[in-house]
Amino acid sequence: MSGVHVSTTINGDAVEFVCNADEPLLDVLRNRLGMTGAKEGCGTGDCGACSVTINGRLVCSCLVLGAEIQGAKVGTIEGMAKGDQLHPLQKNFISHAALQCGICTPGFLIAAKALLDKNPDPSEEEIRFGLAGNLCRCTGYDKIVRAVQATAKEMRGA
Amino acid sequence: MPLDTNFTNQKFKQVGTRPLRPDGVDKVTGRAKYGADYNAPGQLIALVLRSPHAHARIKKIDTSKAEKLAGVKAIITSADLPDLTAGDRGMRDMLENCMARKKVLYDGHAVAAVAAIDQTTARKALKLIQVDYEILPHVTDVDEALKPSAPVIHNDIFTEGVEPKPTKPSNNNKRASFGHGDIEQGFREADIIVEHTYKTEQTHQGYIEPHACVANVSPDGQGELWVCTQGHFVYRNQCAALLGMDISKLRVTASEIGGGFGGKTHIWTEPLALALSRKANRPVKLTMSREEVFRCSGPTSSTSIDMKIGAKRDGTITAAHGVLRYHGGAFPATWAEFGAMTAFACYDLKNVKGESIEVIVNRPKTAAYRAPSAPMAAFAVESAIDELAKKIGMDAVELRIKNAAKQGTQSSYGPVYGPIGIGATLEAAKNHAHMKAPLGKNQGRGMACGFWFNFGGQTCCDINVTPDGTVTVAVGTIDVGGSRASIGLMAAEELGISYEDVRVVIADTSSLGHNDMTDGSRGTFSTGLATIAAARNAIKVLCARAAKMWDIPEDAVVWEDGHAKPAGTNAGNFPPLSIKEIAAAAGNTGGPIAGHNELVADGAGVSFATHICDIEVDPETGRSTVKRYTVIQDAGKAIHPSYVEGQYQGGAAQGIGWALNEEYIYGKDGRLQNAGFLDYRIPVCSDLPFIDTMILEIPNPNHPYGVRGVGETSIVPPLAAVANAMSNAVGIRLTHIPMSPPRVLKAISARKH
Repeated sequence: MSGVHVSTTINGDAVEFVCNADEPLLDVLRNRLGMTGAKEGCGTGDCGACSVTINGRLVCSCLVLGAEIQGAKVGTIEGMAKGDQLHPLQKNFISHAALQCGICTPGFLIAAKALLDKNPDPSEEEIRFGLAGNLCRCTGYDKIVRAVQATAKEMRGA
Repeated sequence: MPLDTNFTNQKFKQVGTRPLRPDGVDKVTGRAKYGADYNAPGQLIALVLRSPHAHARIKKIDTSKAEKLAGVKAIITSADLPDLTAGDRGMRDMLENCMARKKVLYDGHAVAAVAAIDQTTARKALKLIQVDYEILPHVTDVDEALKPSAPVIHNDIFTEGVEPKPTKPSNNNKRASFGHGDIEQGFREADIIVEHTYKTEQTHQGYIEPHACVANVSPDGQGELWVCTQGHFVYRNQCAALLGMDISKLRVTASEIGGGFGGKTHIWTEPLALALSRKANRPVKLTMSREEVFRCSGPTSSTSIDMKIGAKRDGTITAAHGVLRYHGGAFPATWAEFGAMTAFACYDLKNVKGESIEVIVNRPKTAAYRAPSAPMAAFAVESAIDELAKKIGMDAVELRIKNAAKQGTQSSYGPVYGPIGIGATLEAAKNHAHMKAPLGKNQGRGMACGFWFNFGGQTCCDINVTPDGTVTVAVGTIDVGGSRASIGLMAAEELGISYEDVRVVIADTSSLGHNDMTDGSRGTFSTGLATIAAARNAIKVLCARAAKMWDIPEDAVVWEDGHAKPAGTNAGNFPPLSIKEIAAAAGNTGGPIAGHNELVADGAGVSFATHICDIEVDPETGRSTVKRYTVIQDAGKAIHPSYVEGQYQGGAAQGIGWALNEEYIYGKDGRLQNAGFLDYRIPVCSDLPFIDTMILEIPNPNHPYGVRGVGETSIVPPLAAVANAMSNAVGIRLTHIPMSPPRVLKAISARKH
């Protein structure tokens, strides 16, 4: 089996791996690098549970090949907190009870951060459409939207 | 020993507050381990070969080519799973559902499974397995399956519950009837009667985490299973029975669960993973794809319901009669019974009859889905009651208030109610600001009520006081949405210590006695009961140790605010001893301090809700959008209100999806056509408004804090609430769920012509 050698940066750390040419980035992260924070809910780009950023752009890692991230900067949920300091989104998801089972939470956090990076003052509608690529089956999204609103407000004030 | 429930209505110090959940940080950092997040050293990857046919006889399975493929370590078929069920039909069906035996009964039914060194090899091996099928006629529709011309799926099913017992097999495995009074007399007394047939399509729980497990069985007969499940003890018992293992030898550890809603109460691939592991003598990881989750796990029933309700002009309902047909998928089930029992439970009726007809079709084995069977029955009943109100010219809420069940009412399914909340939720709805808010063009408002029994069941709990006086609570019910926080609150409340000093863990099956599933909204109710009782047992030990430290009689010590205090005339005058001081001295006063409890949690409090929905319908496209939604539900007592609200909101959102979009679509070939989240569309963030909640607290007298279950009732009213809103928005009464744009558009066009 011939593998593809990839050098990349994940959460600021230099990483090298060998993967199959047809192997999704999600499988690389989970099975080769032991980073299981990104989840596979569908494998077809419909649920957003595997969300990561590549060079700042939000993507479903199940729809990107591992071989494609050569030289890129990848951001995953494992890199969201800085040391023991949770990102304000992470804190607010907990304090607003914005997760129940929590399987969609890493994807929502990545997507919400990507949204706030681009738009620090989103309307409710912008939040709802900004997160429409992420499925949550537990919460009805109510507390997720409120957590994102609270974070946006807090980060603008900071 | 019955638990002293006198605590009801006392002032709480911690219960009812909103502390942070203990598993929060793990879940926002990606650290929490779900089913697919665990890997065992040396594990193999398993995949399942599934039937492309809805109904076929398996003539031959040839695995010889696949076995020769390098890297394939084990292949199993039904031949590797001998029938050890000794006449237990339910267990045999479970076995047959996990792996087809002589026939495949639905599109996606497992026929073989492979374990190989990696996924690529396993995938190649599946393609090398040759299965010869003799295709049989199939039926996937609940009404079609009852026709005499329908293919009979099991030739050994003779309808139960009819006299005389039928001599011919059929797809109707059971009939039953619930109710009281004389419905014919009741309908004669009615001034107005509404009568329709309602249909609902099959939906899936739609949890985001596909089923996953890692099985590890050794030749010495011992095994371990890591699995996402709502009930690891039940999985253990069932897997051990099907595989001929001693229950004690199989240790099951529950992963974090990425949603279940009833769908993870049944075993699917776990026995296959265990059998593969046993055959290969290696750990085996088996994860379902999303397509497999849709095709081969357990969605809910599709239904067809005849509903007839009659009332006098003053709004008094004189009779109600429903005939409810639910399918259980390819195996006998009793889902229609739940529908018939719950249908009329909100009302105080003199004459009522609910008849259930269970149907078998060529679809996957139906599983529980949140208040299983109740939403469809409520859709029929609440739609008919709304129409009745319109015909009488009475307000829809008033008509329901007039007929609402109350304490002392004999329910339509038998029991006489204790204190219940249906009346209170209706009054709250009537007075809610939502009811008075103005509506725009093409908008309408609807409301509906719902009921769920709630369950209790077998439960146990261990509380251990650690040497520094902090406490661990080991429970056996899975935390599906924050129950560790609510259990921690109850333990802290009883012990009089801080919530932060309690750590709640889900014990594996070898560390605690049997616990039933987290289902039936039982987690916080039943494990709460066991936790309270275990804490009280721990307090007895703590008081005894204090007595020893003071050298006074045990009954001269009381427990207050986390401290032992001397009490009574001969107690002496000692300063209070804290739990920390008693724990630190435990080595000298008798050893570790613990409290245990095991019980069957009887007395679950029935639960009622009333929902209000505003909808806007686009008459050009038939697309409808929920503009505002309010859930009012009796929680008995909300232990952690944020997670109670979360249950209300989540159930409402699932119900809205069911009402407007979600449905299994089968082709004429009997194959599922939309086995993915793109074509089976669950609500996304931009589909929904904020969902307002109102928690009412009418204490359950059978729980010391008044707790009722809260998880399920919230999915019961939405189908009808949305349908009633639709009727008020565009003047069309849809009797077929989901009210998807094509169906709505068709109804609007039909009215124009």
